[in-house]
Amino acid sequence: MTIRTPTRRVPFPGAPGRSAPDALVVAPGEVGVGRARGAPLRREGPAKLTGLAKYADDLVFPGAWYGATIRSTQAHARLDGLELDPGFDWSKVVIVTAADIPGENIVSLISDDQPVLVPQGGEIRHHAEPVALLAAADRETLRAARRRVTLRTTELPPVFDPLRSEQVFAHFDIRTGDVDAALAGADLVIEGTYRVGHQEQLYIENQAMIAVPREDGGVAVHGSLQCPYYIHKAMRRALRFDDRQAQVVQAETGGGFGGKEEYPSMIALHAALLALKCRRPVRMIYDRHEDIAATTKRHPAIVKYRSGVSRDGRLLGQDIEIVMDGGAYCTLSPVVLSRGTLHAGGPYRCENVRIQSRAVATNTPPNGAFRGFGAPQTEFAAEMQVDRIAEALGASPLELRRRWVYQLGDVTPTGQVLRESVAGEEVLARAAEASEFERLRERTAAAQNLRSAMGGRGPATASGIGLALAWHGAGFTGSGEVHLASVASVELTADGRITVLTASTEMGQGTKTIFPQLAATELGVAIEEVEMAPQDTALVPDSGPTVASRTAMVVGGLVIKACRRLREQVEARTGQPFAESYREDARLRGATRVDQRFEPYPGIEFDDATYRGDAYPAFGWAACVAEVDVDLDTGEVAVRNVVAADDVGRVIHPVLAEGQVEGGTLQAVGYATIEEIKVQDGRYLNDRLATYLIPTALDAPRITSILVEAPFSGAPHGAKGVGELPMDVGAPAVVAAIHDATGVWIHELPATPERILAALAAAGSDEPRAASA
Amino acid sequence: MSYRLLVNGDPVEIDVPGMRRLLDVLREDLGLTGTKEGCGEGECGACSVLLDGDVVDSCLVPICQADGHVIRTVEGLAPASGSGLPSETAASPQLDPLQAAFLETGGAQCGICTPGMLMAGQAFLASGADPTDEAIREAIAGNLCRCTGYTKIIEAIALAAARPSFDGVG
Repeated sequence: MTIRTPTRRVPFPGAPGRSAPDALVVAPGEVGVGRARGAPLRREGPAKLTGLAKYADDLVFPGAWYGATIRSTQAHARLDGLELDPGFDWSKVVIVTAADIPGENIVSLISDDQPVLVPQGGEIRHHAEPVALLAAADRETLRAARRRVTLRTTELPPVFDPLRSEQVFAHFDIRTGDVDAALAGADLVIEGTYRVGHQEQLYIENQAMIAVPREDGGVAVHGSLQCPYYIHKAMRRALRFDDRQAQVVQAETGGGFGGKEEYPSMIALHAALLALKCRRPVRMIYDRHEDIAATTKRHPAIVKYRSGVSRDGRLLGQDIEIVMDGGAYCTLSPVVLSRGTLHAGGPYRCENVRIQSRAVATNTPPNGAFRGFGAPQTEFAAEMQVDRIAEALGASPLELRRRWVYQLGDVTPTGQVLRESVAGEEVLARAAEASEFERLRERTAAAQNLRSAMGGRGPATASGIGLALAWHGAGFTGSGEVHLASVASVELTADGRITVLTASTEMGQGTKTIFPQLAATELGVAIEEVEMAPQDTALVPDSGPTVASRTAMVVGGLVIKACRRLREQVEARTGQPFAESYREDARLRGATRVDQRFEPYPGIEFDDATYRGDAYPAFGWAACVAEVDVDLDTGEVAVRNVVAADDVGRVIHPVLAEGQVEGGTLQAVGYATIEEIKVQDGRYLNDRLATYLIPTALDAPRITSILVEAPFSGAPHGAKGVGELPMDVGAPAVVAAIHDATGVWIHELPATPERILAALAAAGSDEPRAASA
Repeated sequence: MSYRLLVNGDPVEIDVPGMRRLLDVLREDLGLTGTKEGCGEGECGACSVLLDGDVVDSCLVPICQADGHVIRTVEGLAPASGSGLPSETAASPQLDPLQAAFLETGGAQCGICTPGMLMAGQAFLASGADPTDEAIREAIAGNLCRCTGYTKIIEAIALAAARPSFDGVG
């Protein structure tokens, strides 16, 4: 290959005009000095907008080889051996098996059950499970080599149905009051079984990791990831590295949504094993097919729900059973299940509650973290119940929620007293008002009545409006934050620069913008004066994982406290305001670094053994109103408008916060309508982007986001997090709107045209209004 | 086989197999990594570039089909950035009106779809079409974004279209 790029510039036909005088001009790589709507511009925005930002696959490491993973094609089998075609020239290929792993053959997470590679004689537990690794200098050799590897296996009986699984990863049992008596005494008991399927995170940047051998015998991995220290720990254990030998560097990351929480540990280990054996850098870049086929998804769940109410509309009891399908290995299932369990009752006051849950093993690829983390599954069921009760009572779904929603001083099923930051009623009111919920609902009811009067005839399209309300625990569940003991640091360097050091990653949500913002505010300096250290485990402390909407609330709080201490130290020395004296202080005394460790929020206590107490330091609150059009002939749903009201505690940056609400809302709309993984014999059938569909700009509704602020006193800035909130409410709002349009309830997500038509057909036999003309 | 194309204004002559994807030529042979790969099958639009002003998925275009054509990538958007080719030491690059609008409105989050979105948006602006919400949605329907819900991307394109500074040349 030859490339010639003449230096003489030829005028480009149609080149854009020179920079217009009134255009906003910002130099990439430098701090944006502009502001939009009173907030700073996204710090790494210019680099992303000019193509200069380096994502993992954009990084060049001279001499790097390409890596590939040999995966099982069976759901359950014993691995008897690996056969290499003797007719192939294997001298050009490096092969890694479990025998090459220097440390424990474990991807370190909650349980030690998942191997880095299935060892010979070991058990293959799911389709697409990693068995061996290959690397070669070029892609063609690698592709040819992959085809010459055969797995010798003995098939074992698989388990695909979670209800038949006998292996339980985790189970919880939360009880308050006397549910059986409450339901027995209820005027009305509404029962339902709700099913939700897998959902793929579908970050647009596929998983990617590049491993580079270090001179000290260790490996540095550069990759697309959320949690540098999860990978760091996994490398220490499986590769027998010390703290320095294991080095994790985040490249620019093209979306995560939970999908890059735990699986990158696996890829990093694979790339590192190959790099160690090749003694050169190895690129492990997944293509979309491999990414969908092999990496984690949102847990499918089956939620059985019984709610008892009095004739006058009091919620008397909730009896809830949850089964989540964890897939073949434990991964994060216990914590996903825990969050799902704790949120299953919905944000409603109820004295008699029983929630029993379990996460079980099946021979399918392991499920893991995805925005919402168990709560969207159970809150879908909770909201469906409220709507069905409202229908049975002839009550307004808005009014019923307004009556039931938690108020200050109410007590949750774990015995947590909601002492502050309770905004369920407010988000509900704001969303209902902005969407004109009651007025539009009258209009859709009139249209339904007309259709009914005409014997089911009428326009082919029916419109509907639906509402949902949710709560979402802010930060880690229970004592999670206490166990993590995260650290964030700020340093005034000897040359007078201010640097924030955290392991919190930027994956689009805005970490690199809000941390300098919080630091600058606390220190009284301009935001341009605050730098962010790269997310490199050789440089930054362990601030915990970038998950659970905890970055703004927990780590942001640590950044503020660290800055406060730095300011006090400098001001004590200089006797002048920090902003006016820090450069001189640095020149005279050299660097000052403050490490701030997490301290338990005052008065927040949780007992992990009994599951009693403050499950979360605070809750965020979300309401959503969706308007849909349903084509009664085809069952197709178009979600037209969504109004989302989310209480985030304190808005740090309105543009970024709205971006979270809008993006999360569309993911929830996709979950409600089109996103479905089809599984056959433990294999994902639609493991390509042509077959796993996510909403395009044409599918997306107009989204209006309303930010509500009910601050949390435990965080110095009052923020509670935003990322996951919108994910909890979108799906039940859409399904309620489908019901409003058609009169049928869809109990299983997604509400596909097939399911809607089937429900219409079933209803048509006894309810003429639902039948299409 | 040798192919000639004009990339961001610079003539390029390159000797590669004819079926090599334009995407790989841009990213690997020319070092223009601003163009991204999301699916490799023309579904996501992350690899969108302009070929003679039209939006194409560069993962679906073999280099032989680009022979003699004009290619524009995200590196060619900012007026002062030149071609973005590594051989050049571009002076501090700036943002063009569309990029600036994305920055202001929050149209870029994780940024991986952004280069492709910008190219689709650029082609739309250059078409001179009425920048209604519907028309903008149609123009970017081939570009998937998982972060934004598209709201602020649409806002950014509408803002750029409304700015008198935009000269409408694509």
